[in-house]
Amino acid sequence: MSNATTLEKVRGGLRRRYRAERRFRMAGMASVLVGLSFVVLLFGAIINAGTGAFTQTRFLLDIELNERAFAGHDVSPDALQNALARADYRGLVHQSLYSLFPEARSRHDKKALRKLVSSGAAFDLRAQVAADPSAIGSTIRFDALADDESDLFYKGKINRNLAEDSRRLSDRQIAWLDRLAEIGKVERRFNRNLFTRGDSREPERAGLLGALTGSFFALLVAFMLSFPIGIATAVYLEEFAPRNRLTDLIEVNINNLAAVPSIIFGLLGLAVLLNFFGLPRSSSLVGGIVLALMTLPTIIIAGRAALKAVPPSMRHAALAMGASPMQTVLHHTLPLAMPGVLTGAVIGMAQALGESAPLLMIGMVAFIVDVPQNFTDPATALPVQVYLWANQAERAFTELAAAATLVLLVFLIVMNLAAVLLRKSFERRW
Amino acid sequence: MKSPTNTKAALQNAVLQQDFETVGAAMVEQPHMQVRDMDVHYGDKHAIRNTSLDIAKNEVIAIIGPSGCGKSTFLRCLNRMNDTIDDCRVSGTVTLDGQNIYDKKMDVVELRARVGMVFQKPNPFPKSIYDNVAYGPRIHGLTSDRYELDEIVHTSLEKAGLLHEVVDRLDQPGISLSGGQQQRLCIARAIAVNPEVILMDEPCSALDPIATARIEELIDELRRNYAISIVTHSMQQAARVSQRTAYFHLGILIEVGDTDTIFTNPLHTLTEQYITGRFG
Repeated sequence: MSNATTLEKVRGGLRRRYRAERRFRMAGMASVLVGLSFVVLLFGAIINAGTGAFTQTRFLLDIELNERAFAGHDVSPDALQNALARADYRGLVHQSLYSLFPEARSRHDKKALRKLVSSGAAFDLRAQVAADPSAIGSTIRFDALADDESDLFYKGKINRNLAEDSRRLSDRQIAWLDRLAEIGKVERRFNRNLFTRGDSREPERAGLLGALTGSFFALLVAFMLSFPIGIATAVYLEEFAPRNRLTDLIEVNINNLAAVPSIIFGLLGLAVLLNFFGLPRSSSLVGGIVLALMTLPTIIIAGRAALKAVPPSMRHAALAMGASPMQTVLHHTLPLAMPGVLTGAVIGMAQALGESAPLLMIGMVAFIVDVPQNFTDPATALPVQVYLWANQAERAFTELAAAATLVLLVFLIVMNLAAVLLRKSFERRW
Repeated sequence: MKSPTNTKAALQNAVLQQDFETVGAAMVEQPHMQVRDMDVHYGDKHAIRNTSLDIAKNEVIAIIGPSGCGKSTFLRCLNRMNDTIDDCRVSGTVTLDGQNIYDKKMDVVELRARVGMVFQKPNPFPKSIYDNVAYGPRIHGLTSDRYELDEIVHTSLEKAGLLHEVVDRLDQPGISLSGGQQQRLCIARAIAVNPEVILMDEPCSALDPIATARIEELIDELRRNYAISIVTHSMQQAARVSQRTAYFHLGILIEVGDTDTIFTNPLHTLTEQYITGRFG
């Protein structure tokens, strides 16, 4: 075959080759675009639904702390405490409202008016007075938490054009709310409750702190258990264990374990940890152990892959210098594998943070108002809190569930970022 | 004319079938290491057959032969690096100063402190130049204070002919050096624990001719204090640096002798064919 014909053949095929390459690229770019648009859609939907919950409405009320309500407050410190504890704060808040709308006379009207303010406002007032008892006898400004329905109204989520009987606020209530806004008694603020309080039946007073603490404790337990055990297992299997039937079996089982549905780990926790060992139900300790079991295979597999990727020449160099196998691992192999090991661990932890199914089985799904103080207190976790709130009837909880999802996403992003940074900082610096 | 391949096959069969005796002088008067009747198997593969060879003090012995003939395997048996390969079995005896290194009582860590190794590809640790050289003395606890360690690091680098090139940047990473410098760093690292024998597995195959020349000079100097075994693909190199040469073929030690004799007047036909470039 002459050179000319070879050249002709090559040239003839070139256009076809380039066309195929262009098609291939287009397909790849299209896939990326589709993936990205799903991510944008998902985040857009959650942000759209959830951002509202980060602010909440307060009514700026003037409250007259008349001495009658705190009778006997000046007798002795004990009596003061007593009076402070027993005073009718709810009544004080209501009085303040009535004075703004003197036209509400009937019991029915008054009840409708009272409903505009959160029932929790009384507790806030008590806290404010207790912080400064000297204000008793004067009139103070008090920012009363709005009820969830009023809050939604101001956020534009209640359609006033609907027929009166198909919305939660009556015409009269809407008129009051409009009036309150008109006279500048309404303010929208950052929702501090969301980060400083536990769960509540009142959406405007429900917070994530309980779930955050629960998740923190559970993750701490999970990390303390799965990280050392995972690394030790990975190192042993990769560097020391003989290759035989038994280690093959162990390897297959670890890989299988990574594919076991997470709820199975929850069942295991229920049967073994709760029923057999009698560990406290709903506690973050049990949740953490279950999550550790779930995360272990991830850490082991990532660790082994990272160890396997360390060039054998490093091992040989160390061994030939007379380093013992343990010194070889500790001085050379493990440090070189550390970026991969840490990435695996953080990704495993992120997985555990987002896991709810196993926690349902061990009772971390209960309605718990108190923020857990230690590992054995009953607790919930972030994803479970999302699930709980999404189940509630009040519309305000939908917003809260989306907000909790956002918080969860932020934590996941932070953890993944941490994985990247850890990887960077542990990589060989040369 | 008969093709040389046929001759080669015939010779190989002859070697493999009968109980082949190594020709030349495999033994020396005052051996430092003695290999006797060594067989090495990788699983089913018989990598080295019934080999006996002495390694003398203050001498460079070159191990040559075609690819896959067992040169590296032989070398790695001398410091038990083959232990790291799961299905590798070694039989026969290898003695260092009269002590069998495959004996249960022999500690492999101690052995490797006495028999150092330099690999084909320079493999400095991802640490500083100083820490690379100091690693051996540190793990073996050879020094009691910082000054002694400094001393060892400096003398080792000096002996490896690297000191004046790196003296002002000992804290720089070892990987930042050039290939030839890295290999000399690996040599410095090996001699820092003051071994008795140094094994070199094709130490120059990844280096350019100038770096190779430096290493060869170095090997010649090191011979004064150490016994050196070097595996090489380059017959010129073997001729330049070694005093004795061993020729392996298909796992069999065909011939051992003074380097001059081997390259000018080989006794066995296979050796002759190899060194004249008929195959390899």
